[in-house]
Amino acid sequence: MKNITNIQKFSIHDGDGIRTSVFFKGCPLKCEWCHNPETQRYEREMQFDPEQCTGCGACVKACPSHALTLKDGRPVLDKEVCTLCGKCENYCPAGIREIVGREYTVKELIKELMKDQIFYEDSGGGVTLSGGEVMTMDMDYILAVARELKRQDVTLTIDTCGYVPYERFRELLPYVNTFLYDVKVMDPELHKEYIGTDNKLILENLVCLARDGARIYIRIPTIKEVNGNEKNMRETIAFLKEHDIHPAQVNLLPYHDTGSGKYPKLDMEYKGTDLHAPDKEEMKSFAQLFVDAGFANTKIGG
Amino acid sequence: MAKLRGMNERIQKLREVSVTTPVHIDLERAKIETDFYKENDGKYSIPVMRALVLKEYFSKKTLYLGEGELIIGEKGRDPQASPTFPELCCHSVEDMTVMSERELVSFHTTEEDRKLQAEEIIPYWTGRSMREKILERMTPEWHECYSAGMFTEFMEQRGPGHTCGGEQVFTTGYLDYKEKIKETMDALDYINDPDAVNKCEELKAMDISCDAVIILGERYRKLALEMAEKEADETRKAELLEIAANLEVVPAHKPQTFWQAIQLYWFTHLAVTTELNPWDAFSPGRLDQHLNPYYERDVEAGILDDEKALELLECLWVKFYNQPAPVKVGITLKESATYTDFANINTGGVTPDGRNGVNNVSYLILDCMDEMKLVQPNSNVTISKKTPAKFLKRACEVSRKGWGQPAFYNTEAQIMELVNAGKELEDARRGGSSGCVETGAWGSEAYILTGYLNIPKVFQLTLFNGFDQYSGKQIGLKLGYAKDFKTYEELWGAFKKQLEHIVDIKMRGNNVIEQLYAQEMPAPCLSVVTNDCISNAKDYNAGGARYNTNYIQGVGIGTITDCLSAIKYNVYDKKNFTMEELIEAMEHDFEGYDVIYRMVHDKTPKYGNDDDYADDIMQDVFELYRSTITGRPNMKGGKYGVDMLPTTCHVYFGDVILATPNGRKAHKPVSEGISPEKSADTNGPTAVVKSCAKMDHLATAGTLLNQKFTPDVVAGEEGLEHMASLIRSYFSMDGHHIQFNVIDRQTLIDAQNNPEDYKDLIVRVAGYSDFFRNLSKPLQDEIIERTEQSFD
Repeated sequence: MKNITNIQKFSIHDGDGIRTSVFFKGCPLKCEWCHNPETQRYEREMQFDPEQCTGCGACVKACPSHALTLKDGRPVLDKEVCTLCGKCENYCPAGIREIVGREYTVKELIKELMKDQIFYEDSGGGVTLSGGEVMTMDMDYILAVARELKRQDVTLTIDTCGYVPYERFRELLPYVNTFLYDVKVMDPELHKEYIGTDNKLILENLVCLARDGARIYIRIPTIKEVNGNEKNMRETIAFLKEHDIHPAQVNLLPYHDTGSGKYPKLDMEYKGTDLHAPDKEEMKSFAQLFVDAGFANTKIGG
Repeated sequence: MAKLRGMNERIQKLREVSVTTPVHIDLERAKIETDFYKENDGKYSIPVMRALVLKEYFSKKTLYLGEGELIIGEKGRDPQASPTFPELCCHSVEDMTVMSERELVSFHTTEEDRKLQAEEIIPYWTGRSMREKILERMTPEWHECYSAGMFTEFMEQRGPGHTCGGEQVFTTGYLDYKEKIKETMDALDYINDPDAVNKCEELKAMDISCDAVIILGERYRKLALEMAEKEADETRKAELLEIAANLEVVPAHKPQTFWQAIQLYWFTHLAVTTELNPWDAFSPGRLDQHLNPYYERDVEAGILDDEKALELLECLWVKFYNQPAPVKVGITLKESATYTDFANINTGGVTPDGRNGVNNVSYLILDCMDEMKLVQPNSNVTISKKTPAKFLKRACEVSRKGWGQPAFYNTEAQIMELVNAGKELEDARRGGSSGCVETGAWGSEAYILTGYLNIPKVFQLTLFNGFDQYSGKQIGLKLGYAKDFKTYEELWGAFKKQLEHIVDIKMRGNNVIEQLYAQEMPAPCLSVVTNDCISNAKDYNAGGARYNTNYIQGVGIGTITDCLSAIKYNVYDKKNFTMEELIEAMEHDFEGYDVIYRMVHDKTPKYGNDDDYADDIMQDVFELYRSTITGRPNMKGGKYGVDMLPTTCHVYFGDVILATPNGRKAHKPVSEGISPEKSADTNGPTAVVKSCAKMDHLATAGTLLNQKFTPDVVAGEEGLEHMASLIRSYFSMDGHHIQFNVIDRQTLIDAQNNPEDYKDLIVRVAGYSDFFRNLSKPLQDEIIERTEQSFD
């Protein structure tokens, strides 16, 4: 799989300088607070906003596969029949149907990424491959993209959740300038509860990656109810110290719920409704813990 | 009460007077002029008559020397007084009532004013004003185009101008000019030169206008002395004596100090903007470079420090703000609805010999704009490859506060544009951008903006066989209806012919107007301060300057590109629907045609996304517009060129166009400057900048790009760096100009609903900043809707 949900230009919170971020579709984790739910499933899918649907039936008429039927004034999609041809997208007068996920050939993707080369050069930016989890994609494809960016002298940043076989890190490492590495929760049980798996592989990979000399930004999405407490921060610091990991930057990212509106459109349920960001003072105190522990380059935000 | 702006109590008081005094009409100039004409008409040649009017006004006008002022002189009786120019546009009594009562850009008039206007001004000037002479000479098709909003006409109410002072304005006293005039006069060859008699009259007029300025200076000197005598406060007394001492030197002689240099400029500013009413007032151009020699000398001599220098600059800023742009009415008001008079100061750039032009005064000017936060003067920076990062960063720091100043210009692009248009390299380096974004060789060029051209409307004519749905008249050529064009190329061919037709109508009118001004409304004082007018013994308005250029400014490049793209993509390429279906949808303003609307509005390649499908069309349109106009001769021995800027004209031009193929609804504004159509750009600012850079900026005389950011995008040290990078990158792609509004959408909506709470909210409009509360509702809406370039 190598579906892309979005190519975001002037991306200024996903690494250094002015960047283009590519969001791949599909993730091995299921974080409750995920603000990009469209990048969870690997397959292309239809995004549709039932709230704004007027029930006009234009999509039903437009569908060449007869995958849509009107029931009680609402279009109902038979996913088995739908070929994701996209015709209904064009015919929806409210503009609320959208196919999420598109494949690009290496050449097509590189062409798009090179459009902003001039901005990368001036700002010290480059390309960020994000997701979802980019290293669960077709690795031959990802490696081809990474090699080509290297050849064109564009610096590459990989935004990862860490939950992939280490072999994949090793393959990519020669082409990568920086890894944005999510370290979410130190308590394995809590990790499992909110994310769906424990954190063993993630932490092991981090240790290996640091040992192999990668430049790493540790990113901690900070949620009051989950990991936004002193205990978790101290445990994170202790882990970094214990394994002699020296991240180039630590980013504490306060939780926000701007992604919650996307869930109903994807026929998914948002489970994070009771989550909150720690208040500003708390965030500052967490950052101070890192600074005091010797991680001077710690920031709140990306 | 909000904190008063200004570095000290003096400036705070002066600024407060300036921003709280209501703008009011001042008929003193009109009255003095009318009386003078009644008594003297026919006695003198036209140029001499014009110079004598200035002299008469400066000899008799009420003087104003306000409390605490260090730089002195007003166009009218007091701050925010707006003299009128009945010789150009004689307002009716109804005009005077409307201008007083209208909500926006109002000018207060009294019962007494209206009586004077009715009894003395109107009876004399009826049939004599330039406006009447111009409109009377225009052809029927010109009138039809004009009233349908195909184009506007700058000289209909204001005189030609659009120029900036060069170095000479800061280094030459009016006695020095008189000397030069005398030399030329003595050398006139009455035996071999059939034009010597006319030249003599021109020179006489220039000489008299020098006297006018000297008289004004002398009257102020005496006033300062009188006031000093009566002044009880010792500090103020000393200041008044120093003002008087300054006036012993300037404006008659060249200045000796920083203070005198600023005062000399200000007298010249007053003279140029009261002899006539030139578009874009007048401007000191490269103020930092002109003042720096005086600054360095005074600092060395121990008579000036940064604090004093900044105070004098802030005094000058108040002076600019005290002068609202003279009142406009009718279509001219719609195209340029603002008090701002576009006096544009360029800071930074390069020196005439090509070195980095940033100096200490440059940084003081940035501090001054930051502190004063006034929409006049229109302050900007010009950034060259040689500009230190520190200066760019400081400029970004001021700009990100969100009120649009400074705007950023590309020095190398400006120079290339000028050299491409035939200027000597040194003259090009001395130039820059004035008005909104227009390049000129300052001190040496008359570059006259003649009006805006409504490019999307030309395309609408093309779709309807030359018929204008808005006015219900046949305005264009009959070349067929949309459905008759079987290919995109056929459609393009018809558009090309319509454009040439409308441009011809405009140019024919321009040529007549230009001749009228050359013959009937010379500007002797502006001629004195513009290089080569004296040596050519020829007026600024008649081609006396070293360079003479005319512009027709193109408006709506984003809209027209998206219209062509919508048709090319959906009708010819993808065959999503037929031309008939599209036209039907447009005729119903897309009501009930949701599918077509969705396709043209959201599913079509648009300009502003770094998508070559649309951007190639933009390049074609630009090249067509450029080649139709650029290089054609004007009446002053110079040539035409193009600018791509709108002031507020895109709102007016949109108002006179019904629904367009790109899904733009009837009467909505067209795109402004070279910015994309509203909400058509969905790929962020780098894509916008890339698309815009595909236009050949170096083949223009200026383009205007607006970018709006929410504060978070440019927050912190990193935000400054991103902003600076975006500017550097755009400029390395030859972009001409970029300006920023840094405001969040919610703030603007709130400001629209509660204008009282946002009295100080300033936004960048087009080539200038204005108070948000002074803008019309559609213009406010448009600024709110300009795509917000923010990402999470």
